[in-house]
Amino acid sequence: MRYLPLTPDDRTAMLAAIGVTSIDDLFVDVPRAARRDGFVDLPRVMGELEVERALKALAGKNTAAGDVPFFCGAGAYRHHVPATVDHIIQRSEFLTSYTPYQPEIAQGTLQYLYEFQTQVANLTGMEVANASLYDGSTATAEGVLMATRVTRRNKAVFSGGVHPHYVRASETVVHAVGVETVSLPAAIDAEAAVIDAIDRDTACVVVQTPNVFGTATDVTKIAEAAKAAGALLIVVVTEAVSMGLLKSPGEMGADIVAAEGQSIGNALNYGGPYVGLFACKQSLIRQMPGRLCGETVDADGERGFVLTLSTREQHIRRDKATSNICTNSGLCCLAFSIHMSLLGETGLRKLALLNHEKALATRDALAAIPGVEILTPRFFNEFAVRLPRPAAEVVEALGNHRILAGVPYSRLAPGVGPNGERWDDVLLIAATETTLDADIQILAKSLTKVLGA
Amino acid sequence: MSTMNTVGRPTAPTVVDHDYKHPTLTGGRGLLQDELLIFETDGWYKTGVDLPEPTSDGGDLGALVRRDPIGLPGLSEPEAMRHYVRLSQKNHAIDLALYPLGSCTMKHNPRLNEKMARLPGFSDIHPLQPISTVQGALELMDTLAHWLKTLTGMPAVAMSPKAGAHGELCGLMAIRAAHEASGQHEVRRKVLVPTSAHGTNPATAAFVGYTVVEVAQTDDGRVDVADLASRLGPDVAAIMVTNPNTCGLFERDIVEIARLTHEAGAYFYCDGANFNAIVGRVRPGDLGVDAMHINLHKTFSTPHGGGGPGAGPVVLSEALAPFAPAPWVVNDGDGFKLIEREEDEAAQAFGRMCAFNGQMGMFVRALSYMMSHGSDGLRQVAEDAVLNANYIKARLSDVMSAAFPDGPCMHEALFDDEWLKGTEITTLDFAKAMIDEGFHPMTMYFPLVVHGAMLIEPTETESKAELDRFIHALRLLAAAAKAGEVERFKGAPFHAPLRRLDETRAARSPRLRWTAPEGHNMAAE
Repeated sequence: MRYLPLTPDDRTAMLAAIGVTSIDDLFVDVPRAARRDGFVDLPRVMGELEVERALKALAGKNTAAGDVPFFCGAGAYRHHVPATVDHIIQRSEFLTSYTPYQPEIAQGTLQYLYEFQTQVANLTGMEVANASLYDGSTATAEGVLMATRVTRRNKAVFSGGVHPHYVRASETVVHAVGVETVSLPAAIDAEAAVIDAIDRDTACVVVQTPNVFGTATDVTKIAEAAKAAGALLIVVVTEAVSMGLLKSPGEMGADIVAAEGQSIGNALNYGGPYVGLFACKQSLIRQMPGRLCGETVDADGERGFVLTLSTREQHIRRDKATSNICTNSGLCCLAFSIHMSLLGETGLRKLALLNHEKALATRDALAAIPGVEILTPRFFNEFAVRLPRPAAEVVEALGNHRILAGVPYSRLAPGVGPNGERWDDVLLIAATETTLDADIQILAKSLTKVLGA
Repeated sequence: MSTMNTVGRPTAPTVVDHDYKHPTLTGGRGLLQDELLIFETDGWYKTGVDLPEPTSDGGDLGALVRRDPIGLPGLSEPEAMRHYVRLSQKNHAIDLALYPLGSCTMKHNPRLNEKMARLPGFSDIHPLQPISTVQGALELMDTLAHWLKTLTGMPAVAMSPKAGAHGELCGLMAIRAAHEASGQHEVRRKVLVPTSAHGTNPATAAFVGYTVVEVAQTDDGRVDVADLASRLGPDVAAIMVTNPNTCGLFERDIVEIARLTHEAGAYFYCDGANFNAIVGRVRPGDLGVDAMHINLHKTFSTPHGGGGPGAGPVVLSEALAPFAPAPWVVNDGDGFKLIEREEDEAAQAFGRMCAFNGQMGMFVRALSYMMSHGSDGLRQVAEDAVLNANYIKARLSDVMSAAFPDGPCMHEALFDDEWLKGTEITTLDFAKAMIDEGFHPMTMYFPLVVHGAMLIEPTETESKAELDRFIHALRLLAAAAKAGEVERFKGAPFHAPLRRLDETRAARSPRLRWTAPEGHNMAAE
C-alpha cells in the first residue's frame, strides 16, 4: 500500500505504547455483530501501472470534445485554458491545502479568494461577490432562498428562458422549504412574458441572459418592474465569457447574480466540478450564502485577509444558519481567477468577440441549409435552430460520424410543451474560440447530408 | 497601529515590541516576498494570452454591448507565475507537513488521481453529448457506485450531490419524499439531532423545513439513548447521527438507536464524514442506516483545494432508493444509459440536486484511490487511521487532558482545556503557538460540547516518525505553557507570514473586494 507509511514494526510498537495487544482492541466499541472479518468482495490492491491502465481504458471509450468537431453548450462550454492555469493549481500549497481556518498560514488562499471576489464583482457589475458556490445551478437555488429571506415573501418567478436543469434543481430545493415557484413556458424570447407574472407576493424574478436558447436580452425593464413590486431580480448567466462583451447584469439592474464560472479556467469534466459565481448588492451581504473573505490587519498593522461574517454560518448558528453550505469550489475558483488574470480586460474582450464571431459564422453556414430555421435573433456564442426532424435523432446520426453537433432541447425538458408546442425539433448550437472554420464546414456539410437523406 | 496606504503597507514604521521579529524595510522576509494584489499592479491593459484579432466590435449586438471599463487587470505569463507562486508560499498544505484538523481528514492527495482525472476522455467530455459517446464515463460512475454500495452494504446510491452538506440535503429530501409518499409528511415534522453533531446536520434539517430537536449526550461522549427514546414518536421524521461522532468516538448503541428509530416509523440518517475510520471493517448498512453521505474528498482523497471542490454521494436503503434524485446510470445489458429526468421510467425521484451529473472529476479521483488500495488496503486505511489517533492520545494524555480518557477513540483524539487552567493560555493561544513550531493547528473549540476543545485527526497517511515529531512539539509546548511562558503563546504566531489577524475588525466593517483608492485611474498605465 504505497500511500500507507506504517510498517508492521511501527504498528506493533504503537499498539504497545497505547497499551493494547491487537488492533481489534481499538474497535471494541463496534457491536460484535457489525464487525466484519476478512475483506469485502472487491478487487485487491493494484499498483500504479495497473490503475492507470484500467482508467485509461475507460477514458478511451469516451469521445473527447477536442478530438472532433464540437458544438455542445447549454450551460457547459469548451474553451482553451492556458497551460499555466493547470500548472499553478497543481502546486502542492494550493492543491493540498484546506479551508483557510488559520489565516496566518493561509494568506495564499485568502488573497486569491479576495482577488476572485473582486474579479467576479467587477465582471458581473455588482458590489460584492462570495468566494464561490458549487455551480451555477445550486447558486441559482441559493439566490432564490436568499431573496425569500430578504423580502419575506414566498414566491419565485422563473422566466421560460432559464436552463431547465437550473429551474428543476432550484425547484427541488426551494419547494422543500415551502417556497412557491411559477415557471413560465419556454420561449426563445422569453423575457417579455416575465413582467406580467410579477405581483405583490413575488420575492424574486429569475431571468437568464443569454438564455438557454442563446438569446441575449437587456433586462433593465424587468429590473424596474421587479423593483416597483418590491421583488428582487436574479440574473443567471451560464456562459461567463459573455459578460466580457455584453452589458453586465449589474448595469441592467440585477440585485443578485448567479452564474456558472466553468468557462473560465475550468474543463468540461462531464458536468463537474464547476464553480458557482454569486454576487449581489452590498446591502444584502448578511443574507448571502457561502464563504466570504474580507480584508483586515494583523497584530503589526499589516494588511491581511480572513474568512468573515461567519456568524451567518452553520457551525455557529446551527439550525438558524443562512445555509448549510460547508464546501466551496476553492480550486476551481483559483483556476477561474488565474485565467482571468492572464486574460485581463483586453484579453477577455477579445476572447468574447472571437466567441461571438465564431457563432455568427456557424449561424451563417447553417442558415444556408434548406430546412434549417435559425430561431435566435440576438445571441452571444450560442443559438437555437429548428430542424425538419427530431433534433435528438439528428444529433445521434451526426455522432455516428464523430461530430458532436449540439444539444437537442428535448434532452433538457420534454419535447412537447404543456400547450402542445413542439421543442423536440430544436437544436442548441454553441461555438467558441476553439471552433475551427473547418469544423463549421464539416458540420454544415454533414447536416445537409443527414437532413437530405 | 498604523494606517494602511493604498498598497497595504503601513505608512509609518511599525513599532515591534517583542524580540521575535525585526522589521525589514520592504516587508519581504528572505524568500517570503510581500505580494501586492493584482489590482495594485500597473497592468490594466496587459494580457498574458495571445489571441487572434477579432474582425468586428460586436456591431450586431448594438445597445447590448458593454462599453464601460470592467476593471480586470491583466498579467503577462511570467508575472502571473510569480504572483501565484509567491502566494502559494504563504500557505500551509498537507504536502508540507501534518495537518491535524479534526473532522476534516487531511490525508495525502496522490498525484496519480490528478493524472487520471486529466485524461481527455474524462476532463474533455460534455455533460450533454450523446450517450453513445460517453460509455466509459457512465461505466466509471457505475463502477464507483458498486464500490460505494459494497463498502457500505447499502443497495443504492445517489451520485450527484456536490459536497457532504449537499449530500445531507439529498438524504433528508429522500426521507421527506418517503414520508410524503406514505402520507405521513404532515405529521412527521421533527428531526432529532444530538448536540455533538456536525453543524451542517441541524442546518440541513432546518433547511428542509423540519423542526430540530436536540438529543442529549452521555458523560462518555455518546448519544443518550434514553433521552433519544423519550423524544421519538409519531411526529419524528428522522434522526441524524454522526458516526464515528465528532468526539472521535464510535456510537456503541448505534444498532439500538436504529431499532428504536425504525420502530417509531422514522428514518436513520448517518453523517458519513468520518467513514475512513471504519471503511472495510464496518458496513453502515449492517448498523441499520437508511441514508449516509460519503465525502469522497475526505474518505477517498480528492484534492482539498483551499476548501473544495468536494463530492458527496449518498447511499440509500431499500426503503429510500426509489426516491433518489435524477440523474442516474442504468445498464440494460445493451450498454449504459443515463436517466436524466425523474418522469422517465416512472420513478418516484424527488427531483434534481444540480444541473448536470455530479462531480465527475472527483469520481475519477476517488475510484483511482479505491483501486490503488483495493479492499485489503481500504481495511488497512481504517486500522491505521484509528491506530494513529490512539497513539497520539496515549502519548499526550499525561501532559494534556483527554476529553474522554476511558477506552479507545476512533480516528481523532479529543482534548479539552482543563490542563491549561491557571496558565492564562487559551486553546486559541496554544493553537497559534503550534504555527511557530511548523504545524497546522488542530480543530479548535469543536465539538461545542467539550470546553476549549482541541480535536486532532492525524489520518492514516502519517508515518510514525512524523507523529513522533508532532508529539514531541506538543509536549514541549505543553511544558512551556505550564512553566508560565505566557508571551510565547499570547503573541503567537511570530514566525508566520503574518501575525495574529484581527477577525473582529473584518466582521464589523466588511471589506470584501478591492476598490480603487481616491484618484486612482484604472485606465492609467
